[in-house]
Amino acid sequence: MFESQEYITIKKEELLEKTAPLFKSGHRLVQICCTKLPDKLIMDYSFDKDYKFIDYRIELPLEGASLPSITGIYFAAFTYENEIHDLFGINVIGNALDFGGKFYRINETAPFNKVVKKEVKNA
Amino acid sequence: MPNRTVIPFGPHHPVLPEPIHLDLVLEDEKVVEAIPNVGFIHRGLELLCEKKPFQDMVLVAERICGICSLVHGIGFVNGVEKIMNIQVPERAEMLRVFWSELSRVHSHLLWLGLAADGIGFESLFMHSWRVRELVLDIFEETTGGRVIFDAIKVGGVKKNINKETLDRILKQLEKVEEEYRQIADVFVNDFTIAHRWSGVGLLTKEQAITLGAVGPTARASGLAMDTRMIKYGGYDKITMEPIVETAGDCYARALVRVREVYQSFDQIRQAISKMPEGGETEAKVTGFPTGEYFSRVEQPRGEVIYYVKGNGTKYLERFRVRTPTFANIPPLVQMLAGCDLADVPAIVLAIDPCISCTER
Repeated sequence: MFESQEYITIKKEELLEKTAPLFKSGHRLVQICCTKLPDKLIMDYSFDKDYKFIDYRIELPLEGASLPSITGIYFAAFTYENEIHDLFGINVIGNALDFGGKFYRINETAPFNKVVKKEVKNA
Repeated sequence: MPNRTVIPFGPHHPVLPEPIHLDLVLEDEKVVEAIPNVGFIHRGLELLCEKKPFQDMVLVAERICGICSLVHGIGFVNGVEKIMNIQVPERAEMLRVFWSELSRVHSHLLWLGLAADGIGFESLFMHSWRVRELVLDIFEETTGGRVIFDAIKVGGVKKNINKETLDRILKQLEKVEEEYRQIADVFVNDFTIAHRWSGVGLLTKEQAITLGAVGPTARASGLAMDTRMIKYGGYDKITMEPIVETAGDCYARALVRVREVYQSFDQIRQAISKMPEGGETEAKVTGFPTGEYFSRVEQPRGEVIYYVKGNGTKYLERFRVRTPTFANIPPLVQMLAGCDLADVPAIVLAIDPCISCTER
């Protein structure tokens, strides 16, 4: 048996206004995920309440992508937002606990995703 | 204003089997703030999907964690099977439930031992791990491995268990449960344990929700949330209710795990009794995955999420894992704020951190 999942595409400007009501209604932040496609980046913000899974999806350009932080609403987002910055080079604006590219303590310089890093360097 | 001191906790510490680092900001002996750091053993396994065919990624998933190897494998194949519209045979589904719950028993026994060790209760640590060995014997007999397995595949399972072996395992389980009961009674009734963990590392139900806590950490704060309730895989035939405690402290987290072991014994018996005799243990897999799915399953430490995205080739376009320990880091930061320095090891242990998973 598989659960049904709802994917809703929104604009990045709508992220905070869509997220705030979920917080008020007691939804849990399940995860934030970034997917790199050949021509764009896809961000998924997943929430859950009473086992009902909701996913807000935002499309971002490959170069110079930025997003507002939702840590002012869901503080727990700081881990995901730091990870997304370090892996994909997305600039998350206003992260309440910003590790400045050192969330993962390894020698590699963020962003780790080489293709994105090259593109960011060339931008 | 009192002087503030920053104490580094980890990445190497007697209570930490794996490396995680916390910068503890102290005022005298009180923790004011805890800043977590991970990444010491970051492996970049998610990126391997670009180099390994999707069937081989099962092996990668099973090696993300050395404690709940099987559940990782199941989480991954569950996602792939969804986007490929594969109907897994019922016997294979029940075998997956059987091994999943056996994993939960051995993982919780491992944690109970480590937790006992963390407070200096050495004999309880050794007895917990002694009983765990009996569970690992069952794993070895049925999968060939004791910790890391190769039993799951897209479309079903690689190993089957005959009726005689299952009957013998049922008898073995009675012995394991009898031995476990003696240990569990100590965790439940011992004054020292209750005194050491009660009121330590508090997390309210509201905090558990807003900070995204999962697994026993969330359920110990009164949040009745267990991913098995979405009835993935064979769990649609398993009767269960989430185990919940309401105190929201380290002791409640221990009690949830103690009770969940009994629940898993029950689910193992249900899985065996509902397993159809004979029949296939794997479905035919043709073509390549196209589509996407967030597969959610309940690990011993809580909800794990596998995001799989296929583009019609043998390589997945994206393979993403969100582990329960990763989700429990913000709640951990909350629990540590305001605690005594001496309580930090107990609080960190209480979320059952698995850094190997987190670093994937």
